[in-house]
Amino acid sequence: MTATAELWPYLVLVVVGFLPNEIWRALGLVLARGLNEESQIVLWSRAVATAILAGVVAKLIVFSNGALANIPLEVRMGAVLVGFVTFLVVRRSALAGVLAGEATLLLGGYLFAP
Amino acid sequence: MRRARVREAQSRLRANRLCDKTRRPMPDSPSFQTSTAAFRGGAQHALTSVFFPVMAGTYIGLGALAHDFGLSAWWLTLSTIFVWAAPAQVILISGIGTGAAMVEVALAVTLSAIRLFPMVVALLPLLRSRTTRTGELVLPAHFTSVSMWIESLRMLPRIAPERRIAYCNGLSVAYMGTATTFGLVGYFLAAGLPSLFAAALLFITPMSFLISTARSATTMLDRVALGLGLVLGTAFAALHVELDLMWTGVGGGTIAYLVHRLTKARANA
Repeated sequence: MTATAELWPYLVLVVVGFLPNEIWRALGLVLARGLNEESQIVLWSRAVATAILAGVVAKLIVFSNGALANIPLEVRMGAVLVGFVTFLVVRRSALAGVLAGEATLLLGGYLFAP
Repeated sequence: MRRARVREAQSRLRANRLCDKTRRPMPDSPSFQTSTAAFRGGAQHALTSVFFPVMAGTYIGLGALAHDFGLSAWWLTLSTIFVWAAPAQVILISGIGTGAAMVEVALAVTLSAIRLFPMVVALLPLLRSRTTRTGELVLPAHFTSVSMWIESLRMLPRIAPERRIAYCNGLSVAYMGTATTFGLVGYFLAAGLPSLFAAALLFITPMSFLISTARSATTMLDRVALGLGLVLGTAFAALHVELDLMWTGVGGGTIAYLVHRLTKARANA
């Protein structure tokens, strides 16, 4: 019984985490055979991947969970905006953008947290 | 044989064009004598790239999350190696932690992972040369994740085709090592971390993903897809549309692709 309880998270890891995730990589590996890097299907795939990624980003910010959900939505949105503008202004530096966004979130969270 | 050589020349030409587009001078293409050197070169690039601190931060946040939900440090490490996708790991960890139905968690994980499919499809043609066996592509396919994909698409055109797989594997192993290490750092830090700082750690993921995607979006196609993804992703989730991420990707991506085709057709006309 205790052995099952200890192994349970690992079984979940394989069945609920690894397999549903890895299937898309395997599918890509099988279907990418013979495709050229500038073929139309690859260009379209790239656009779909970028859009899904942007969707994940939007959801993590707008519909946060965990400790981030304690920070008001306005503060999260403001911090993203500050981070992004900083990135554009400071010679497209990713690090500067992330740091500015983080600083804004910490400050806003400190001032406006419920 | 001739076709292969033509393809190689074409790919070099494209690499040049890519550099023109980003208005960067063609950097000295690193030339590696052996695969081992290429592997080491890739690892070195990973550890000095902007994604190093970003990935360290993301995985400190993930480690903190895993600790909060009562998972073991071993579990965290194995999930990093086998799942190897921060968004899927966030979903998995919070799903287990909040006791969500496993079917629901699996569906959310697979939806968040759809993006890996087009990424692999876009990446593998860059790695494949005329002598490549499919077996050699299994590891790069598993290693495919956001940071690795963005850096590979940026760096690989500058690397000689026969050294690209080794370079890519070196890059990926270094990123995975970074993620594993800092996941454990976050895990053991989490015990004493106040909520505000935990929130700041969790915020690193979306902030860095947004900026890194924007940074590599050098073409109209990428930029339109990025913008539409942000808008549609928020809208579909707010409207509780089922399979919202899939529709965000297919809808936003297809519109971006059509815009790209139209502007290209107009430019050629």
